[in-house]
Amino acid sequence: MSDLPASQGASPAEPLAHPGLLRTTLAILWKDLSAELRSRELLSAMLVFALLVILIFNFALDLKPSIRKEVTAGVLWATFAFAGTLGLNRSMASEKDRGCLDGLLLAPVDRSAIYFGKALGNLAFMFVIEAIVLPVYSVLYNLNLFNAGLVGIIILGSVGYVAVGTLLAAMSVQTRTRDMLLPILLFPLVIPVLISAVKASAAFLDGLPWGDIAPWFNMLLVYDVIFVAIAFMVFDYVVEE
Amino acid sequence: MESKPNALRILDIVTAVLIVAATAVVFFYAPMEAIMGNVQRVFYFHVANAWVGMLGFTAAGVMGILYLRTGNPKWDVIEVAAVEISLVFFFTAIVTGSIWARPIWNTWWTWDPRLTTAAILELVYAAYLMLRSGIDSPERRARFGAVYVILGFLSVPLTFLTIRLLRTIHPVVVGSGAADAQGGFSMSPKMLQTFLFSLLAFSVFFVDVLWHRVRLGQLEQKVEQLRLKLAR
Repeated sequence: MSDLPASQGASPAEPLAHPGLLRTTLAILWKDLSAELRSRELLSAMLVFALLVILIFNFALDLKPSIRKEVTAGVLWATFAFAGTLGLNRSMASEKDRGCLDGLLLAPVDRSAIYFGKALGNLAFMFVIEAIVLPVYSVLYNLNLFNAGLVGIIILGSVGYVAVGTLLAAMSVQTRTRDMLLPILLFPLVIPVLISAVKASAAFLDGLPWGDIAPWFNMLLVYDVIFVAIAFMVFDYVVEE
Repeated sequence: MESKPNALRILDIVTAVLIVAATAVVFFYAPMEAIMGNVQRVFYFHVANAWVGMLGFTAAGVMGILYLRTGNPKWDVIEVAAVEISLVFFFTAIVTGSIWARPIWNTWWTWDPRLTTAAILELVYAAYLMLRSGIDSPERRARFGAVYVILGFLSVPLTFLTIRLLRTIHPVVVGSGAADAQGGFSMSPKMLQTFLFSLLAFSVFFVDVLWHRVRLGQLEQKVEQLRLKLAR
């Protein structure tokens, strides 16, 4: 090894410096974002799907002004949850399809960085969809959804949803039934997120006092902490070959 | 193929005797409840089934952790056995609960925290079985199963807490219940004895069935290995 040309950088005696967890995570996030910026496959599919779900709810629930207020939180979260599975599936399937995941796994980096990178990418896509759906919904149904509390709940809820969803998507792409399996695995596990998020969102929209919202808010926080930690601990077992 | 161990044979007989005895005790020894009447007798088997179901799901969670830590396939065999059996026991608990709820709550089903959690619990573990059936490699099947069973083990209590924030009408007979629970009662000594006896009978029943299912799992593993050997 001593006859390596000096121009190759680090001296051969030193082992390759491992990039930190944060840098690797950001590199994977950046890869996902730039791939999406070029193709716009995922975001456009998620967005159109989300708008279709709202359209279906419009007819299914007959969203008259009198009942709009009560069901808005539920309609929003159902939309996010359905559109979310689309994104989660696609983002993992594109890794699996052309063997990109194997390439990522071969990289000499901490594997939790792969998890965090993918999760942050999925979270970014969720946020983009939510940022478009909220104003569109406000205009279509003449409701003011610009509420700091609601935005906070949407962020917390999305974190919990994506934390579990990314882990399960990594599992479901490696099964025979693939994308069919993800919603079946994911929805029963994220029930606490969906219930708390719907209740807290509805409470914020109704302008209820903080005392009524706090339990739901705390539940979301607890769920996020537990499941980010657990996903971080078990992700190695999901991608191990 | 090794034959059925003698201890298991004895356990089979003990289980059968205990279950028959428990049924007899429930119908002939336990006193009739003053307000609800005979339908209250469902309670003894309802709680025993739910208890055994919870026991199995908890055991499966522990087995999942043990499998991920050691990688020993024997934990995986116990894990899937516990989940399968508990699904059936828990379903029985839901059905017996419905039978009781029809006259007492005047409805088969209500979206009460415990009932909702029970339904979601069944869905979680049904998803677990679907996940396993979609994977061909036994090693990966075990790994993914363990991960999912741990996730379910954590999420189900959270689901219960979340829904409990809404409200409950389910009676809590053991321990203190909610103020607006409907259909609660306090147990007389004879009722308590019956209750504890049926808990014991069903726990033994559970161990017996689990043992059978674990043996079946081991045989399955052996068949899988033999098939691989033949294919080579």
